[in-house]
Amino acid sequence: MMATTPHTTELIGSDRFELHPDDEAAILREKEHYEQPQAACIEALKIVQRRHGWVPDGAIMAIGRLLGLGFAAVDGVATFYSLIFRQPVGRHVILVCDSSSCFLTGYETLKQALVEKLGVDYGATTADGRFTLLPVCCLGACDGAPALMIDGETFGPVTPEDLSDLLEGYE
Amino acid sequence: MATIHVDGKTYEVNGAHNLLQACLSLGLDIPYFCWHPAMGSVGACRQCAVRQYKDKDDNKGVLVMSCMTPAADQTRIDIDDEEARAFRASVVEWLMINHPHDCPVCEEGGHCHLQDMTVMTGHDRRRYRFNKRTRRNQYLGPFIAHEMNRCITCYRCVRFYNDYAGGTDLGAFGARDNIYFGRYAEGALESPFSGNLTEVCPTGVFTDQSHSDHYTRKWDLQYAPGICHQCAVGCNISPGERYGEIRRIENRYHGEVNSHFLCDRGRFGYGYVNRADRPRVPEWTERPGQEAVTLGVDPALERITGALRQARRIIGIGSPRASLESNHQLLAMVGPENFSTGIESREQACLAMMNRLQETSGLPTPTPREIERHDAILVLGEDPVQSAARLGLNLRQAVLSRREELAEQIGVPAWNAEAVKTLGQDRYHPLHIVWPAPTELDSVAVARHALAPDDIARLGFAVAHAIDPAAPPVDGLDPASQERAGEIAVSLLKAARPLVVSGGSLASEAILEAAGAVARALSRRAAQGGLVLIRREANSTGLSLMGGQTLDWALDELSEGRADAVVVLENDLYQRLPADRVEQALARANTRVVLDHQRTRTAEGADFILPAASFAEGSGTLVNLEGRAQRFFRVFEPAYLRPETRIHESWRWLHTLAAGLRGEAPGDISLDLATRACAGAHPGLAGIVDAAPGPDYRIEGLRLAREPQRYSGRTAMRANLDVNEPRPPQDTDTPFAYSMEGYSGFDRPRQQIPFAWAPGWNSPQAWNKFTDEVGGHLRGGDPGIRLIRPQPGHREYPDPVFDDGATDSSGLRALVLPRVFGGEETSARAEPVRQRMTAPVVILARPDAEALGVRDGDSLTLLGVREGDSLMLFGGPDITVSEQEDWPPGWAGLPAGLLPGLGQGATLTLGKPTGGES
Amino acid sequence: MSGSTSGQGNPLRYHSRIRQSGTERQPETHPLTWRLRDDGEVVWLGEYLDKDGYQSVRRALAESDPQGIITVVKDANVRGRGGAGFSAGVKWSLTLQGGDMPRGYLICNADEMEPGTFKDRLLMEQQPHLLIEGMILGARANNARQGYIFLRGEYVEAARVLNRAIDEAREAGWLGPDIDGSGFDFDIAVHTGAGRYICGEETALINALEGKRANPRAKPPFPGQSGAWGRPTVVNNVETLCNIPAVILHGADWYQNLSGNRTGDGGTKLYGVSGPVAEPGLWELPMGVTGAELLDRAGGLRQGLRLKTWLPGGTSTGFLLPEHLELPLDFDSIANVGSRLGTGLMMAVPEDRGMVSLMRNLEEFFARESCGWCTPCRDGLPWVVKLLRDLEKGQGQAGDIELLDKLAADCGPGLTFCALAPGAAMPLETALRHFRQEFEQGIGKVSGDTRGVPDRVAADAPANNR
Repeated sequence: MMATTPHTTELIGSDRFELHPDDEAAILREKEHYEQPQAACIEALKIVQRRHGWVPDGAIMAIGRLLGLGFAAVDGVATFYSLIFRQPVGRHVILVCDSSSCFLTGYETLKQALVEKLGVDYGATTADGRFTLLPVCCLGACDGAPALMIDGETFGPVTPEDLSDLLEGYE
Repeated sequence: MATIHVDGKTYEVNGAHNLLQACLSLGLDIPYFCWHPAMGSVGACRQCAVRQYKDKDDNKGVLVMSCMTPAADQTRIDIDDEEARAFRASVVEWLMINHPHDCPVCEEGGHCHLQDMTVMTGHDRRRYRFNKRTRRNQYLGPFIAHEMNRCITCYRCVRFYNDYAGGTDLGAFGARDNIYFGRYAEGALESPFSGNLTEVCPTGVFTDQSHSDHYTRKWDLQYAPGICHQCAVGCNISPGERYGEIRRIENRYHGEVNSHFLCDRGRFGYGYVNRADRPRVPEWTERPGQEAVTLGVDPALERITGALRQARRIIGIGSPRASLESNHQLLAMVGPENFSTGIESREQACLAMMNRLQETSGLPTPTPREIERHDAILVLGEDPVQSAARLGLNLRQAVLSRREELAEQIGVPAWNAEAVKTLGQDRYHPLHIVWPAPTELDSVAVARHALAPDDIARLGFAVAHAIDPAAPPVDGLDPASQERAGEIAVSLLKAARPLVVSGGSLASEAILEAAGAVARALSRRAAQGGLVLIRREANSTGLSLMGGQTLDWALDELSEGRADAVVVLENDLYQRLPADRVEQALARANTRVVLDHQRTRTAEGADFILPAASFAEGSGTLVNLEGRAQRFFRVFEPAYLRPETRIHESWRWLHTLAAGLRGEAPGDISLDLATRACAGAHPGLAGIVDAAPGPDYRIEGLRLAREPQRYSGRTAMRANLDVNEPRPPQDTDTPFAYSMEGYSGFDRPRQQIPFAWAPGWNSPQAWNKFTDEVGGHLRGGDPGIRLIRPQPGHREYPDPVFDDGATDSSGLRALVLPRVFGGEETSARAEPVRQRMTAPVVILARPDAEALGVRDGDSLTLLGVREGDSLMLFGGPDITVSEQEDWPPGWAGLPAGLLPGLGQGATLTLGKPTGGES
Repeated sequence: MSGSTSGQGNPLRYHSRIRQSGTERQPETHPLTWRLRDDGEVVWLGEYLDKDGYQSVRRALAESDPQGIITVVKDANVRGRGGAGFSAGVKWSLTLQGGDMPRGYLICNADEMEPGTFKDRLLMEQQPHLLIEGMILGARANNARQGYIFLRGEYVEAARVLNRAIDEAREAGWLGPDIDGSGFDFDIAVHTGAGRYICGEETALINALEGKRANPRAKPPFPGQSGAWGRPTVVNNVETLCNIPAVILHGADWYQNLSGNRTGDGGTKLYGVSGPVAEPGLWELPMGVTGAELLDRAGGLRQGLRLKTWLPGGTSTGFLLPEHLELPLDFDSIANVGSRLGTGLMMAVPEDRGMVSLMRNLEEFFARESCGWCTPCRDGLPWVVKLLRDLEKGQGQAGDIELLDKLAADCGPGLTFCALAPGAAMPLETALRHFRQEFEQGIGKVSGDTRGVPDRVAADAPANNR
């Protein structure tokens, strides 16, 4: 993901937001798949997130207006799903699988190494805005445990020693 | 019916219910949270577990949620089962994990369903030793306070607000044990039904902010059965008083009228009762412009009598916001030939027509509850959510109830709320709205046709003709309207129970005649239809049944010198006709007597003001838009805590004044006598005697208590005045006592219930104890008497008539739009309602805006108003322009109450504000 | 999330794979995987058609009516591979169709999120047409007009492959109007999720598909009566649907015989092993292989480790002991010893692992993934987590274990709104039963108040919670 997010600061707490024309078109295309426009809501949030890295308040309203939904309904959905971010995140999001297979194969050591390397714990973004660290439930890569996901790509098994090389590719 | 077995006993119950509802209806206690009689079951809280057995041989059984289990014939359950009890205890324990246990400082304390259920399940010990979760609260506007820490995540708030009432700004956010109920952003809740959250929420998350400002525990309030005076629906309310102030309005259950819910105007609009500027003692202004002096009762009556005796002729001006008793006493005093209803002529003509249509259109008027059973609706020239808000909620349920039909087809019971909602999606019963401005019901309507008043009527007549070719056609109807009329007709004809809704908001007889024609046409096609006609004020219907001359007539009599004294009853004439016309008429009178509980412009210009009782201090009878006469009873005696006040019901003042005019001693007057006098004088009102029990009514030999048994502080409340506690006021007018002594139970059926309380049931859920079945009717019968009955037989169709639609080329015509907040005189004086009034807006069609050289968002000011021969100039407030795509050209939409006295159709001159000045 | 190229070619990049060679995987014995390539590349339409692809659709559309398909699937007793084990044929026979019923939906549940489960992604990433073929058959049987593959958001690669395969199929006339000249029309769209384990519950999944909060729905009515947008809807797991083409092509008896006389359940199953074993992975094996055989395939535990306990099919199943390894891994045999087959992907726990910390990890998952609709799950599970954390630190208090017993019992089937909390209760209950001593050791080492312990459940993901 991770277009840079130069506007993030001004988007926080603001309802000034305009959907990118491409995103608006993509959402309207998505709507065609379903009997009711609300079904496109989750994809719409993901489309916005793909461009901005996260979903600001203004986007909630913009999506609501586009799909004819109440703002509370859109935000209710946005805050329900764990992969929709309602706060700014870094340029890259690292999701650490903390489910049992990874637990049994040592994800806790891996996560600790990540925390030390990045200097942030779950839910936080590195000072340089490069990485946000979050937990995720089972990535379905249990034969490659412990696993983690960076920007939609799954890696595993990953050892603490692998981290330096792995993270190098993400600016 | 179904036979079920509970804890070894056999009962007959309604088989269409779920087990929880069935057991509660039997009077058996099962704790619950997420279930609500008006909103059905969702199975979320898991509090209502009972053990269910397969058959009589099964002695093992399984735990089930009683709310999600049908009360099928031969169901066998145990409520009093050890495992079920233990599980219910676990559920409350979980719900209390994060609850702040702040009952002593929580405003819900003492009428809290969570408190009741916690006690009922026996949870009295905390085992959870970890930190509680905490939340931030939101500002939700002047009506509702928000305290999310208390939330137990029952989802009732969003189910009421969104699913039931159609709101879109409140939601559930987050997931797992981190769910937040609030607005998407801070701000006033938009729904005009938000106040119901205070009763729907089982704990203190949503509380009444207006109550907060002068908070009193439920048990320390004094109550009486009240009728809401803020519109014509006649919702039953339970006003609570302490220290001579109304501190809260709660819903008083009525099985046919308001059931569980009120609108926000009714709930939060009571503040006018508590205003410091209310007249509390008689006032006399010797000469205009002089400072008023206060008088004692006797000197005041003496002076008024003296002044009126001088008069050649006294005109009495009544009021549709005053009781029948008061209006009748005025009529009796001045004589029918000198009595005006105080209603403007076009409105009065509309009211008379509505009464006539209810009798002769061939369709009966459904009760609000019955509205919900109609399966196709035409709203012709009304905006029910704005003009009679509670009815808007009924209409919404009617439209939504298509879901229940779909559910029935596949065997899903109506109480299975989420399943019914899933089946519904956007499949509604057809609702056609003909109204120029957007309405709250648009989102569930087939279409809204934005038309000017005469075109609304035209479309209505065309619909009638399309339904029944015997109805006269409309000449020169354009093809588009023809097609619309056809669509509406087909949709109404397809329905089993079509409903026509219209009313007087646009003061158009043509629209009403058209609605009547549609009703006639439907009745001839043998459908089980209904006709609902919306009136504006609490007693509009009652006063139109009583009769009297129009306000225009009364003003003419004065201005033309045919009368030289006027007595105005609880009426601000400036709200009804242009100010210059009122002023001119009143100026001609030598004596102006005003009885009111508000310091209105009319009162301020009076020679004498007599302080009248509001619904809080007075009793009387109102007739709602169904034609149902209902009695309201005084909540408290104002002089008990403020001995200097001389507030009395207007009927009492007028009775005494009349005796004085006749040179007689006043003699006896009581509520009963006043009611009987009115009933005896007006055949159409004869039934009002039976609207409520008389003063001698007793239960087990007892009066009915106005105060809960736990009422405290009685001996201390007056201690600042006198350390001796006087005898409580004696109420000879009503069966109620100003005391906790008296009957306040639920076990003996009764209609008149000041407050709902039953042992273990302190919250509003206690109403379940007073009904025949939960969500049904009061066991003592729902209060009130229907006065208007349809007459059998079919009447002829009228020829289509239209109002004068000619537009003066020099200006736009006013189209005054009803509005829930600010559109009614008295509630508009209540502070929280004032805060919720929308900014003044004028709606214009694009070409009209262009002609004025303005665009959406620009400001305009009203330079002049011409109505008939009268011309007024305003240096009026700046009004923001709102351009609306489909708004009828030639008309300017203005919110009711913005410019008092502005009549429908008045010609306006609008211009750009000059800036700075005026 | 759009694909970044940063991980391309990185040896750490995870690839789904099957641990059986092509020579073992034969059409007669491995209906799910025989077409898979040894190089792990996608079997696109051309290759798929070369390998008998879409023959079952051709035959079924030409020869069978919906009832005929349902009968075969019922006779074959294809049991749901998503974990519940309910007969797909019976489920289909309950879908409302005909008469006034509108045509509804067929939804493939591809929300594979059960910890320890990684089977469906293989089928979708490497052999998408088998799923599409199965869905066409399911749609025909249920008279569905539109199909959705509800795919978890993290399966980015599967989304890419499925979308391309759907386009291929549509271009070739296997999707869209008048499929294969039969007059039957059906199309498929991929719906990707945005997280949340609860979406795997079929009614929560439908709510998610409708763009709502994924709270489960009350049953009855079942989706077959009123599902997506209130229309009759069938939800089947990926692996279940992938079984259908072979059943239609070769018949119910053939399918039943695949498992020989190991079990009453027919067919094969994608079994797997994860945890600290020598060779974690996936195998297509006859239904009813034993845990021992499966563990053998995975090379046993890593060097120096001994098996302490195991979960037969995801974390929502009950713990089994080494002695249970001899049982056939089928639905009934595993249920008989107080657990569930679940997804059939075994998770091995070595002896040096403490059960309290494992349970803490596992219950943190369930507490975090609760949708928040019903009380026991929403408020009971976080309490379980907190008690387990105290026990893990040796800060448990007298009564904690009995409280855990009660919490587990109160989260049992029927007491909660859906199966999530019972799924959390079963491992807890079995762990407390088999390893009670370990829990008892957590009590009383440190006395006193534990207030002030940071609340990790509440802090898990602030970026998506207010």
